[in-house]
Amino acid sequence: MKLTAITKDDAAQWLLKGTLMLVITSLSACVTINIYFPAAAAEKAADKVIDEIWQVPAGASSPADTKPSVPAASPVMPSATPMAPSVKPSVNQESAP
Amino acid sequence: MSLSIKSRRFGSGLLCFFLQIRAGITKTLIGFLAAAFMTLPAYAALDLDVNTPAVAAVKASMQNRHSQLLTHYQSGAVGLTAEGFVAVKDASLVPLSQRGALATLVKEENMDRVQLYRGIAVANGHPEWEGEIQHTFALRWIDKAQPGWVVQRDGQWVKK
Repeated sequence: MKLTAITKDDAAQWLLKGTLMLVITSLSACVTINIYFPAAAAEKAADKVIDEIWQVPAGASSPADTKPSVPAASPVMPSATPMAPSVKPSVNQESAP
Repeated sequence: MSLSIKSRRFGSGLLCFFLQIRAGITKTLIGFLAAAFMTLPAYAALDLDVNTPAVAAVKASMQNRHSQLLTHYQSGAVGLTAEGFVAVKDASLVPLSQRGALATLVKEENMDRVQLYRGIAVANGHPEWEGEIQHTFALRWIDKAQPGWVVQRDGQWVKK
């Protein structure tokens, strides 16, 4: 039977034919691919590079954010410490108004 | 009558052609799929490469310069142009003694930006993409600029 006779040489020949066909189709496809600029990929790449250069989480936003947060944190701490041991005054304060 | 003969001829011709190619098509198709499968990883990478040594060097240089430029962006002395560069928008916001340094800073930043756009295009095997990469960056720089920074829109300087 022919079916049993699939040798290495056969497979190689099929692959060769297939590769040839792929090359032909790819060449025609390449003409189309090269015309179009990958805009979405470029945008993604740009965002990544800009974030790295501007260091968006660390460099750009933190100088504005850390300055108000440091003075804001210090008034909270003294007010929190007297409130912490006495629970009752805080309950009274809530019920008073 | 003539129409039916014509169509029959056409039909038999098509059948002949089909029979002729049918013998090898299955095998060729198997080979085609195998070859396509093997080359698949090459097409799977659709992202642009931005990590070549040349691009990384430019990025590092721009990263270092950013801390100096940041104050000028915030004050409005330096703005982001529609072409993907930076420009001195209002030099009067900078002390006279520092204006020379500011001009140098802007000039060096723009030289790096040219290298960045060209570097990415070359790194991805398409030097002709430089202009489009520059345009993409121009839009993204402006879009990502923080409130208060000066950017160029429709030829006009506007504060974000």
